[in-house]
Amino acid sequence: MSFSASDPTKPYAAPPEGFSSGSELERVLRAGKFAVTSELNPPDSVDPADVFEAAAPLAEVTDAINATDASGANCHMSSIGICAVLTRARIETVYQISCRDRNRIAMQGDVLGAAAMGVRNVLCLTGDGVGAGDQPGAKPVFDFDAISLIRTIRTMRDSGQFLSGRKITKPPHLFIGAAENPCVEPLDWRAQRLQKKVEAGAQFIQTNYVFDLPRFERFMTRVRDLGLDENVYILAGIGPLASAKAARWMRNNVPGIHIPDDIIARLEGADNQGDEGRKICVEFLQKFREIKGVSGVHIMAYRREHLVAEILREAGLTER
Amino acid sequence: MYRLRLWAVKRSYQCERLYTALEAALVKLHPLFEKIGYNRLERPVAVVERAAKTLLFDCKMCGQCVLSSTGMSCPMNCPKQLRNGPCGGVRPGGYCEVKPEMRCVWVLAWDGASRMKEGHRIGNVLPPVDRQLEGSSAWLRASREKALSLQVSVDAERTSLARAFPTARRAEPAAAPLAQEPGNTAQGGARK
Ligand code: SF4
Repeated sequence: MSFSASDPTKPYAAPPEGFSSGSELERVLRAGKFAVTSELNPPDSVDPADVFEAAAPLAEVTDAINATDASGANCHMSSIGICAVLTRARIETVYQISCRDRNRIAMQGDVLGAAAMGVRNVLCLTGDGVGAGDQPGAKPVFDFDAISLIRTIRTMRDSGQFLSGRKITKPPHLFIGAAENPCVEPLDWRAQRLQKKVEAGAQFIQTNYVFDLPRFERFMTRVRDLGLDENVYILAGIGPLASAKAARWMRNNVPGIHIPDDIIARLEGADNQGDEGRKICVEFLQKFREIKGVSGVHIMAYRREHLVAEILREAGLTER
Repeated sequence: MYRLRLWAVKRSYQCERLYTALEAALVKLHPLFEKIGYNRLERPVAVVERAAKTLLFDCKMCGQCVLSSTGMSCPMNCPKQLRNGPCGGVRPGGYCEVKPEMRCVWVLAWDGASRMKEGHRIGNVLPPVDRQLEGSSAWLRASREKALSLQVSVDAERTSLARAFPTARRAEPAAAPLAQEPGNTAQGGARK
């Protein structure tokens, strides 16, 4: 990862001409390079060293690291905290914001705070239901949905206003992202939903796990028919599965995960299931590169972060 | 009622026609409503509206009805109250992530929209709900907003929301309202 020049101790800098942010990720994508992002396993601790340790296997081999926002509704160090720590070391982050835990007042404030800390990429998410996580008794907020959040951040950035109309004296320069899940229902309408996100202001998309190539290809065909590939950078999501058992568990317990039976059967039939999971991941990466409209990949290697460098090498994606 | 809600989505085309007619009638009645006073009408109309829409659509009286932009499937039945489309957690077969026994309201919505004349409106980006309007009559609001949709606004906060969501303001003005809310705050949660 090439480290960029934002420093929270210096005055807030304007982005280069023709860019919406000073983001490294935006620069890579606009240059037409195949981008690689990955997500970090957030620590359950206050020690910044734990954040760096989690980031270490990813920082050198990716263009940006996503800081998840209590994904799966499990409590960990906050995404804004992780981003604050990493940006100090000039590591490019994608600040994930979920609508589940905060209302519009908190979210707009956090966006300014994150930008002040040097964050240049945001990923707007709806968020998993609270019932999926370790604190199912929590109050789900969902004041915004991901799409109204995207539009709000765009308004903050481009019009220099909060949603209330109040002026922001120095607006944030952000590269705005959103998620999409091409492999779950309503399959026929997922591309239209993506269109809505682009319309709202999304500039890049990171998808959920794609383990079903036919479904993904059908989705991408629709995306191209709608001309969306011209207007948004799509990063396809993938990761190394640890075993058939783990894959089954994820499919049954983590919202939005679709893993077809043939993938699970393939893992089950392998002598070394972990190794097979890694191979599957490499194969998907190579296939994604051939699909028109896919601008990069997003690797979610939960607890298998140490494999990411090797996977990228095998897939021929090490050139950063 | 869940059953009737599913039925309404299946009959989205007919419901849409009914709704368009109702809306046109309400807009025509705007001068009369003004004469009577919107705040005097608020309570009785809200009672009727709640009864009818709860039965048919499981309406939650958000006060900013957008049924014609959501395939006649009320988005407030989504446990995440999403106004712009499904989350990424929809289960196989189109069931809800949070309530696995219920069909995802957005799977229904897109299905309903595919049969509607103005079904493309589901593609409009809608603003977040104004929680202050909860419980008030969306019918009266739609009448006010449609009748007034060209008039320049009054309230800076609202104007900027309407500006941030211009398509919604055009197609679904009650979702980004600009008209003066009636003075009566006692009932129906009208704007304070
Ligand atoms: S599955 Fe559908 S109804 Fe359930 S929370 Fe997600 S969008 Fe809402």
